Amino acid sequence: MLVRRVGPSRPTFDSPFADFDEVRREMLRLLDTVASDTSGEVGAGVFPPMNITQDDDNFYLRAEVAGIKPNELFLSAVRNRVSLAGKREIQREHEGASYHRKERAEGTFNRTVTLPTEINPERVDARYADGILTLTLPKAEEAKPRQITVRT
Amino acid sequence: MAREARTEIQKAEKSGVPTVPEQTWPGPVYSPSVDIFENDNSLTVLADMPGVKAQDLKIDLRESVLTLTARVTPLDGPNESDVLREYRSGTFFRQFTLSETIDQANIDAKLADGVLRLELPKVEKARPRQITVKTN
Repeated sequence: MLVRRVGPSRPTFDSPFADFDEVRREMLRLLDTVASDTSGEVGAGVFPPMNITQDDDNFYLRAEVAGIKPNELFLSAVRNRVSLAGKREIQREHEGASYHRKERAEGTFNRTVTLPTEINPERVDARYADGILTLTLPKAEEAKPRQITVRT
Repeated sequence: MAREARTEIQKAEKSGVPTVPEQTWPGPVYSPSVDIFENDNSLTVLADMPGVKAQDLKIDLRESVLTLTARVTPLDGPNESDVLREYRSGTFFRQFTLSETIDQANIDAKLADGVLRLELPKVEKARPRQITVKTN
């Protein structure tokens, strides 16, 4: 910093706060570096949290829906939209149970996500295991990438 | 009960644990949401652990500290690229200190649909017994 101060690079008509600007920029840059670190803190703020991935043929939607019976999940798919709705109920324990902690949430949820391309709603496959719902959503034929051969 | 169930679920994020003692594996660590209740006979712990398989779950009880550890293997295939990422898979870790004496031999753990149900029976208290005096 000190070296840069005596250097001739800065025009003399700079405002007296130019140094602050410089420091501010540097701080923001540092904060950006920290923020982009893969600390594992991601989220959407809604239930259930879901991940969507894709390969050439399918989209894969995975949602963390622990404690929900598969028959309490309602799924629908149309064009490029997938909806996931349901209800999570926590069964009442018998009388005389005194609670120390009650952190598990219950209630209804309803989410719709839009996929980048259209899918084939007829061939959607849904599986549920260990509290994770996995949907395999085949991409519509016209949305699949095609290899183009260059003719000579 | 039906009225209660109509409210929307508010909590959505897994809460990360910033400091975990002696972590020797990579990846994020999450604290599972739990319900804990007790009655006269036992203490019950319910923990939300989506993605955990029974063989990956370790339950440890020593010197009245109950430790739950579970590693989750992500389901993502090798050729998949991210479109949206709202949760990460990592390790679930949580510790509790129990005040009651637990009958360690009769602890029962069940894992279903990503929810662990742990029944910790309390040690049977000394019951008053009637002693019959025998005469010859």
